Amino acid sequence: MKNIKKSTLTFFGAMLAIYIIVQLLLSLGVLNNFWRGIIFWGAAISIVALGLNLIYGFNGQFSLGQYGFYALGAYAAADVTWRWLNEDPSGIVVGFLGSAVVLGLYALVAVFLRRFYNVRVTTRFLAYLLTTVLGYGIAVIGLRPLLEPLLLTVLNALPPAVTQQIVFFLALVSGAAIAGIASFLFGIPVLSLGSDYFGIATLGFTIIVKVLLDNTDTILPFPEMKGARGMVGIPQWTTWTWVFLCFLLVVVVMRNLLHSSTGRAILSVREDERAAELVGIDVTQAKLLPFVVGSVFAGLAGGIRAHDLAFLHPQSFNFIQSFNPLIIVVFGGLGSMTGTMITGFLWILLLEGALRLFLPQGFETWRFVVYPLVLLIMMLLRPEGLFGQYEFPYLKRPLAKLRTRSASPQPGEAAASEEVAP
Amino acid sequence: MKGRPEGLPAEVEARPALLEIEGLTQFFDNLRAVHNFDLTLRQGELIGLIGPNGAGKTTVFNLITGVYQPSEGSIRFRGMELLGIPSHEIIQLGIARTFQNIRLFSKLTVLDNVRIAYHPHAGYTLFDGIVRNKAYREQEDYLTERAQEFLAIFGLEQRQNDIAGSLPYGLQRRLEIARALATDPELLILDEPAAGMNPQEIDALMELIRFIRQQFNLTILLVEHRMRLVMNICEWITVMDFGEVIARGVPAAVRDNPLVVEAYLGRQTAFLK
Ligand SMILES: Nc1ncnc2c1ncn2[C@@H]1O[C@H](COP(=O)(O)OP(=O)(O)OP(=O)(O)O)[C@@H](O)[C@H]1O
Ligand SMILES: [Mg+2]
Repeated sequence: MKNIKKSTLTFFGAMLAIYIIVQLLLSLGVLNNFWRGIIFWGAAISIVALGLNLIYGFNGQFSLGQYGFYALGAYAAADVTWRWLNEDPSGIVVGFLGSAVVLGLYALVAVFLRRFYNVRVTTRFLAYLLTTVLGYGIAVIGLRPLLEPLLLTVLNALPPAVTQQIVFFLALVSGAAIAGIASFLFGIPVLSLGSDYFGIATLGFTIIVKVLLDNTDTILPFPEMKGARGMVGIPQWTTWTWVFLCFLLVVVVMRNLLHSSTGRAILSVREDERAAELVGIDVTQAKLLPFVVGSVFAGLAGGIRAHDLAFLHPQSFNFIQSFNPLIIVVFGGLGSMTGTMITGFLWILLLEGALRLFLPQGFETWRFVVYPLVLLIMMLLRPEGLFGQYEFPYLKRPLAKLRTRSASPQPGEAAASEEVAP
Repeated sequence: MKGRPEGLPAEVEARPALLEIEGLTQFFDNLRAVHNFDLTLRQGELIGLIGPNGAGKTTVFNLITGVYQPSEGSIRFRGMELLGIPSHEIIQLGIARTFQNIRLFSKLTVLDNVRIAYHPHAGYTLFDGIVRNKAYREQEDYLTERAQEFLAIFGLEQRQNDIAGSLPYGLQRRLEIARALATDPELLILDEPAAGMNPQEIDALMELIRFIRQQFNLTILLVEHRMRLVMNICEWITVMDFGEVIARGVPAAVRDNPLVVEAYLGRQTAFLK
């Protein structure tokens, strides 16, 4: 790592500066709780929107499912910490270790399925579904009695502040992992259906999640989530440092992913699915991966949001809300990370901050008239987004240098360089 | 021998078969686009598939590359049955193609168009890419260098950072061939590579096809309406009409075949120009 690029230094320098400034303003009380909430919310929404941009903007798969995964992540992470506060480490065992078991088993299934070519989608889906049930089953039946006493002793032996950070970390990872596993299972059958159905199916997913959340205490065995009354008693553990680190992690992971060979495959599917297939790209895989990664981002953001609000209500994840990230992505520009990052913050700042402070009560109800209109106008007048092609240098796709070594002239080269109109 | 004309040199007939298509039939609803089509290609051959518009040529290509599953028949590549294998795996087995209407990744750079074709053999994992370790850096440099060498062959070296869709038409055609070759095929199938080109460009294309064939040890199957190209470079030709083979033979014989002349003249397609 001798020569780090200038763009990288600038980017991380700027991020560090932002981190320090905001931390100072928060510590000094210049930013009160209201603004603190706005900033944290902006970051969470930006992360959700970045995930959607990966799915829709970079991979071309129109999705309304982001809020469903956001909700899953939020409730899952909240449940882990809620239980922990009630002397119950089962959230950690099932959410974190259970997910790890499931992922491990997935790897085995993937290796096994690779030995057959052309496995039917239904077979594939069922294999993974059963694996998931098995994995979490192992955690619930086998790991809980085994590990819970141990976890309690170990974690309680540590200083409480440290324990809190560890539990919070495990909760965030659990939320992200559960969102990722759900998106993987959902994506296998649905992504193979073709793009038209995908948008509808993802909307359906968000609605189903909302309905399930309304009934967590009746249909689902989670009385602590209190169904449609909303979940209370979630610790407010989200700090600026956590928000910042998660945000930075998401940006860096997404950028590195997009600039890798896999990233090129993801883009090729957006450009021309058929052509991608016919240069050897496994299109299903090149759609599933960004979908899962985008959902993991959403799940992570959910955990952050839940532990800032300290209260979760199914209503905040209804399907109208699921248009939020879509609007942000369209405004920021499809396929522009910079645009999404900035617009995510602006969106919350304007909508929840400025407008709520300065506009009369009851404005919120008008949102659902304003949203579609604004979206429509945007798509018509500025389809490339507010920031157009602009991208922070660090996030730009790097261009390769021209080769200096000149190759010997090749046949047809002379003719090719004459540009003749068709 | 099925799917081949009579009287080819014994030296050619001694080579192993690379692609064997037998009894291929494809229906689109009630339309029989391809009927009982046979074709056998031996290693290293360069052959043409011609026929009037709507004869079923592109459909044959789509069947070979797994875009459609045929109603009947079999397609074997190096002796392996291709039916039921998904397209991307067929490509990875060593068949590459271009499209009648250019299908580049038009908003991506010229270099990326080629590098995408390397993806199945990128040589580093997703994890390597995300943490940017040594494997990622080395392999990415190697891929880039290889892509650049490739582009040089096609006279596109200076254009590597241009957006593919902004290239002039002739260069887009070339880039599409370059991208197909980057998948490292044994069999290259070209769907009307000379469409929209002027005579000079066609000459350059012929030269290019001969060159890549040598350089990469290719077997080539091409569909083309431009007889200047077909007659000049194809070793033999299969002629289709209404989904059926109506003639096979060396270019001179096919040109004089009354059935072929009728098929073309009957539909007023510019043939013998
Ligand atoms: N996906 C499809 N669905 C329905 N009909 C199709 C489809 N693809 C091709 N056809 C029909 O099959 C017939 C053969 O088409 P094909 O594209 O193979 O012809 P072609 O020989 O390549 O012609 P051209 O020289 O015009 O490219 C045509 O009548 C066409 O309309
Ligand atoms: Mg055609």
